[in-house]
Order: sequence, then structure tokens, then C-alpha cells
Amino acid sequence: MKLDAKIPEGKLQDKWQNYQVKSQLINPANKKKLNVIVVGSGLSGAGAASTLAELGYDIKCFCYQDSARRAHSVAAQGGINAAKNYQHDGDSVWRMFYDTLKGGDFRSREANTYRLAELSAPLIDHYVQQGVPFAREYGGTLVNRSFGGVQVQRTFYARGQTGQQLLMAAYSQLYKMVRAKKVEMFPRSEMLDLVVIDGKAKGIIVRDLVTGALKRYAADAVVLATGGYSRVFRLSTLAIGCNGSALWKAHKKGAFFGAPSFTQIHPTALPQSSEAQSKLTLMSESLRNDGRIWVPKQKDDPRKANDIPEEERDYYLERRYPSFGNLAPRDIASRAAKERIDAGFGVGRLKNAVYLDFKHAIERFGLETIKDRYGNLFKMYKKITGIDAYKEPMQISPAAHFSMGGLWVDYELMTTVPGLYAIGECNFSDHGANRLGANSLLQASVDGYFILPNTINNYLANEIKADHPTIEHPAFDKAEQEVKSNIERVLAINGTKTVDHFHRELGKVMWQECAMSRNKAGLEKAIQQIKEIRNAFWSAVKVTGDSNELNTELEKALRLADFIELGILMCTDALERDESCGAHFREEYQTEEGEAVRVDEAYSYVSAWEYDSGDFKLHKEALEFEFVKPSVRSYK
Amino acid sequence: MQVTFKIWRQEGPKDKGAIRAYEVDGLTEDMSFLEALDHLNELLVLKDEKVIAFEYDCREGICGQCGVFINGRAHGPHDNMTTCQLHMRSFKDGDTIVVEPWRAASFPVIKDLIVDRSAFDRIIEQGAFISAKTGTAPEANAIPIPKEVSDRAMDAAACIGCGACVATCKNSSAALFTSAKINHLNGLPQGHAEEHKRVAEMTYQMEIEGFGSCTFTGACEVECPEGISIINIAEMNARVTKSKVLG
Repeated sequence: MKLDAKIPEGKLQDKWQNYQVKSQLINPANKKKLNVIVVGSGLSGAGAASTLAELGYDIKCFCYQDSARRAHSVAAQGGINAAKNYQHDGDSVWRMFYDTLKGGDFRSREANTYRLAELSAPLIDHYVQQGVPFAREYGGTLVNRSFGGVQVQRTFYARGQTGQQLLMAAYSQLYKMVRAKKVEMFPRSEMLDLVVIDGKAKGIIVRDLVTGALKRYAADAVVLATGGYSRVFRLSTLAIGCNGSALWKAHKKGAFFGAPSFTQIHPTALPQSSEAQSKLTLMSESLRNDGRIWVPKQKDDPRKANDIPEEERDYYLERRYPSFGNLAPRDIASRAAKERIDAGFGVGRLKNAVYLDFKHAIERFGLETIKDRYGNLFKMYKKITGIDAYKEPMQISPAAHFSMGGLWVDYELMTTVPGLYAIGECNFSDHGANRLGANSLLQASVDGYFILPNTINNYLANEIKADHPTIEHPAFDKAEQEVKSNIERVLAINGTKTVDHFHRELGKVMWQECAMSRNKAGLEKAIQQIKEIRNAFWSAVKVTGDSNELNTELEKALRLADFIELGILMCTDALERDESCGAHFREEYQTEEGEAVRVDEAYSYVSAWEYDSGDFKLHKEALEFEFVKPSVRSYK
Repeated sequence: MQVTFKIWRQEGPKDKGAIRAYEVDGLTEDMSFLEALDHLNELLVLKDEKVIAFEYDCREGICGQCGVFINGRAHGPHDNMTTCQLHMRSFKDGDTIVVEPWRAASFPVIKDLIVDRSAFDRIIEQGAFISAKTGTAPEANAIPIPKEVSDRAMDAAACIGCGACVATCKNSSAALFTSAKINHLNGLPQGHAEEHKRVAEMTYQMEIEGFGSCTFTGACEVECPEGISIINIAEMNARVTKSKVLG
């Protein structure tokens, strides 16, 4: 199968326009006859569901949480980028496009990335109209701040709750359409399989998480908006329920998986404090605007942070990357922290952290200004650690965060299964090998609100006359039976170890071998180890309770079974890519100074993996750079 | 660290629940309260017992999904904090910790510590939105919004929908939740067009869901993780009167 990204003709600036001009339309009377399933209710899912409903389609939207408002978009703190150039500092769509492409180390498509930047400005208009209380100047205009990897101020924010505020807007709009009876909302419902009929996505199998009942839903198209899968590392910044199961089921039903190993390790999370820890809390990257990162120059320095004089502090980001300093992109900042920690300069009780210090910012801008900018983050830090960060520096550490990888999609956001779309974090599209801060809310939103509602019609136009699927089709019988036997199989093992035990084992291997730094021998070993974990899981896991009731342990077990298989694919992908790019740092490919060495001649492609009965087959989508020349990514 | 958890167990909505005691050892002060429950659940699995059903998702205080009564207080012993942000260092070795679900008729128990808060979604459904379709927005800076106005809207908008306000209120009133959303939207120029309809319909829904009336004890603002002030309730009441006159 040859991968066709379906990039429209024309100049970069004209491609999206050219696409829309040629895309097929559906008249309003016919839209009513079409049903679309949306799995996930975060920014991309809620945005798509409400907008498609406004256009006239009938929508069913599913989420595993108790309410659509819980989706993990809620947790993004820092902001959302848009090329508005309100700060008059030389920003433009082109510059934002270039920053994003370069930030991703030239491993994403030009056309997609440009469209992301192009649609960013109207998105801010949209959210303001929906009532998002973005930060304002006294005169009433919108405020911006800087974010990593960028030298202009293009980030919009709502205190430290930007994700929460955007999600509230999306959730409100979703419920507006629930009220209009155009969206049917199914909370506490988890998709456990995709139903494919004659090669096209036509429905899903869902487990009602309250009663345990398996249910069938048919539709003319299925949209996955299920977010990232970094819980494969167990310890991550993600919500505990975030999982890769919907993606994995779709992958097993024919959807190719794009760049699965591209995972962003966020530099500013709170360090792990114990084995029992379930989650690493993120502190917004926006803190790096005013906070300065350092470690002591002396190894194992026993002194308290405030007792270490200036000349004995190593502001290593400012030292290594003078032009970007503390605002170096995430992958670079994380690796630099790891380098210092591994070299023995880490701080904190477990020596696994670095300092993020606001002393200079408070001296310069005053306590009140810093409180206004980051007050709730400091409050959160105090709640979790008991430490007042206005008085002593925060301790931060890298943590698994965003999945740049995801289901491979073309320019229309359609996967390799016709009628199956992937939007938001769960696809691989715009961020390449590393995502810039504040581009995540942006991508989820534009995918859901602006792009999908303008591309799905191009497919659905041909489905109006086709047979509308029904849940009596044998494909539904087969899929439901498979789900049922999988659940029975898990419950029947009745072994001696908990689900969390195996998740911790998986997490350790993934964090050790497939996170910030990777090498051939380690990845080969990791694949073997994960296979052993898989065997052990299927012979020794113990899940109590039944399938026909609310059973959180069973939910975890089913998700973990998929994470284990996904972990093997991630390591396989990381092993295949003999180069360093963005967040993918292969130790064999680095300069003497420890900077990444990209190998464009051999690896300027997106890896797209096909599931092949337990094995994975690689397909390549060559990346052609028609408008910019990939350069060595330098933030020095 | 060792504690005794006394936890509400209830198989389903129709079952009569009861408190059961569990002695748990091997905890550390750095563990979050929910991690201590995770630990207990692992022990229960190994003893071939069903796990305790409790809710959580983000575990960083923003999704609003977690929330239980701990020793008689919503979200535990501290003011303005979610359950997931509570750590075991807030307890002493040997403590007994009583854990119950939110108690409110409008939040029926589903299982153990999990309650049904869908009444909140239905209040939102009755007008907590601006009826503008995607694609119709004017330029963002076209309508200036003074900082004080925007900040006030943000203060109200911070609500995470956890339900602690209802759970802690002796009347099980949802006034803080509803008023916060109304004041967020009605306080912004974008929300003005529908302000009276929004107030009337959301407060009506609040009543038919069976939430009690507010008697201004102020208990809710003590527990609200976002510190939303009861001034919002007074403001909502003024808006209700205004909507009756003008709406």
C-alpha cells in the first residue's frame, strides 16, 4: 500500500483554500441522514462533535469519564499559540509555521504545519466569542507571553488554567448541541473495538462502565479523539485514565501507526518521590518565562538552595543555549536536565531534580506581578510539596508528557481505514519529532473545530447513497464476541499479581530505554523484556470482581494489555530510526557536545506501521520539503 | 506509616451500604491520599476481594472528578483543595480516617465512593453557553474587555465542577456551582445577549434537579478547590431578580 498524504496543489499559502474549493459538499437535508461517532470529549472531540452537529450531522459522543468536562485537555496550564502579531514583534503565519516545523526537527509535513499556523488566529477569535476569559491588558486588549522554542510573544492564556477554560468553552458548546438534540452524549463509556465493514469504519463496540454491558453503535464515519498514550510509561503527566486502547484497537483493524516512539518528555514536572507514585504533576512551561533553571556547580552540594551563592550556581541552559536560555524547547531542556542529573548534580532528596528559581524575577518585577502571572501554579506547588516557592526555588524533573506519534493521518485527518479519522493528540500530524509548548491546545482545537468539519464531507458525500450500517451486521457480532472473550480471558487468569504491578514493570522498561535517550542494545533488550512482561501478565495477573458491574480493576487491566503491545511497537520504531531528531535521541547519533545528529539522507520520512498478526510492517511516507530547507536545529 | 481506613462500601444504587474498616500498613507521608487508596486496593486484590470504587482522573486538582468526604469534610482536612492534592503527611501514624461519598440526594451513589453528578451537566445544558456557531466569530480584539471585568469572569469561571460545594452544604445547594457559571458568562460582553434567559433557565434546572436553597452559611467557599466566593451567589440572586423584571 502506498501512503498518499493527499496534499493539495499550489503554494503553501493557498493549499487549504485550494483544498476547500475542491472538496465535495453535502446539502443540509442530506447531512441529517448521516451519523458520526466521536470518541473522546476533549478539545478536539468536543470541538468536532459540536461543530459537526451545528452543520447538521447526527452525533454520538463517548467518553470514559463521568462527564465530558473531565477530558485531559483540562490540565494544560500555560496557553495556546496564535499568529496574531498583537505584540507587534514580527510574528506572522509564516514565522509560526517555521518555528513549529523547526521545533519538530523537520519531521512533519509542511502543508499540515502551515495550516496549523494559518488557522491559529481565527481560533482565538472563536474562543473569545465562546466566552473564554483570556488575560487582558487594562485597556481591554488581549495579552500574550512567550513560550519555549520561540522568540516572539504569541501565547494566549487564561491564568494558569488555559486548558480548563478552553475545554469549558468546548464542553458548553457540546451541551448546547445536546440540548438541541443533535448530540447524544455517552459518559462512562469506553470504546473497546472498532467495527470495519467492507474495509470502511462503520461503528464501535463500547463497554458501559457502570453496568459492564457491551453495546454496539453504528455510524457512517468514526472519529477518534482519544488523546495521548504516555501512560505507557505509567508515570507521566497524563490523567490516570488516559489510555491508548482505542488507537490500538483501530491499529489492529488496519489503521497505520505513525511515529509511535516520538514522545515528549516535559522538563518541568515535579520529581518522583516514591515507588507508589501514580502521577507526575506538571508545572507549566510558562514558568520558564521568568524562572531560571540551575543546579549547584559542586556535586552533592549539601547546602540549601538559598545558601548557595550566585557564583556557585550553574545556569546550564543559559550556559549551553545563550540565545534561547531558559526558553529552549522541551526536548532540549529535558535532555540537558537529564545530563546534569546523571552527572551527579541533581538536587532534592532523591537527587533527581533541578531548581527552577524565581528569585531574580521577584526582585525585578515585584512579588505582586509574579503572583498575578503564576499565582495558582505556586499555590498548586505548595499544596503538593508543602514548599513556598516564592521563598525557595521549585524542584522540577523531566516527565513523560505528550505523544507526537499517533495514528497516521493524511491531510484530511483520515487514517488508512476509510471513514476512520483521528484528531488531536491521538494522530501523528503537525508536531514532527517534538511539539512546541502551547501548540497542543491549538492542534486539538483546529483539528476539531476547523479542519475535520471541512474534510469529513469529502468522504461522507459518497456515503449518502451507500447502505447505512446497522448493528445487526455480522461484523458487529464478531467484534463484540472478540471483546467479550478478551474480557473473560483476563478475568479467568486469577493469578497472583496486580495490574499495577505489571504497569510499574512496563513503565520502568519504557522509561529506561525508550524515553529521553535511546540506544540499539537497550531497545533490543527492552523489546524482549516487554514480551516477557506480556507473557507474565497473561499468566499471572489477578483481577477481582466481574465483567457485569462497575469494575475499575478490569478497566485498568484491559488498558494495560494494550499498552504492553503498544510499548513493543514504540521500541520497534525507536530502534528502526538510526538518527537523533527532536525528542528521539539515539545515543549513537550525537555530536561531541551531546547535540542531536539528524540523518536527513536516510530518515526524512514518517514511519507508518502496519499491524501484521502480532508483528509490525514498516511503510514510509517521504517528507518533501518544497518551501523550506531543513537546517541543523540550533538554539545556541 | 499505618492507618485505619473506615470506608463506605455500597454494591449499587439500590443496596444498603455500610462502613467497613481496613487497617493499612506500609504507607509513606509522601503518598497522596488517593495513592494510599490505590495501595489498599492492591492489597484487596491479593486477598481476592473486590476493590473499592472511587473516582479520579487528572490527579492534579483540575479535572474535578475526584472527591470524597474525609473525616466529615469534603476533600479532607484542608480548605480549598481537591482530594487528589491531599497527602498522607496531613495525617498521623495510627490515625483512623473515615471516607464517605458525597452525600446529596441529587448525587445518588453509583457504587462505594462514586456518585452520579450528571445533574451538573444538565444545569450546564440549560444555557451555560453562548449561542454562536463555529466560524462566526469577529476579530478577537474587536470588543475590548477591561482587565477587571475579564479577571472577575475568570474568578468565577475557575470552577472545576467537583461538587464539593453541594456535598458540604447542609441544604445540598448547587448555588455556588450555578452562580459561578452564570457570572462568568453574564459578566462578559459576549454573554449579554442571552443573560436573562440563561439565569432563568439554569436556576430553574437547579431546582428541578432537587438541589436545596442557599442559606448563606458560607460552608461551600471553604471547601471550593478554586476558592470561588459566595459573593457569586449574591450576584446570581440579583441577576435572578433582574431577569424577572427585564427578561
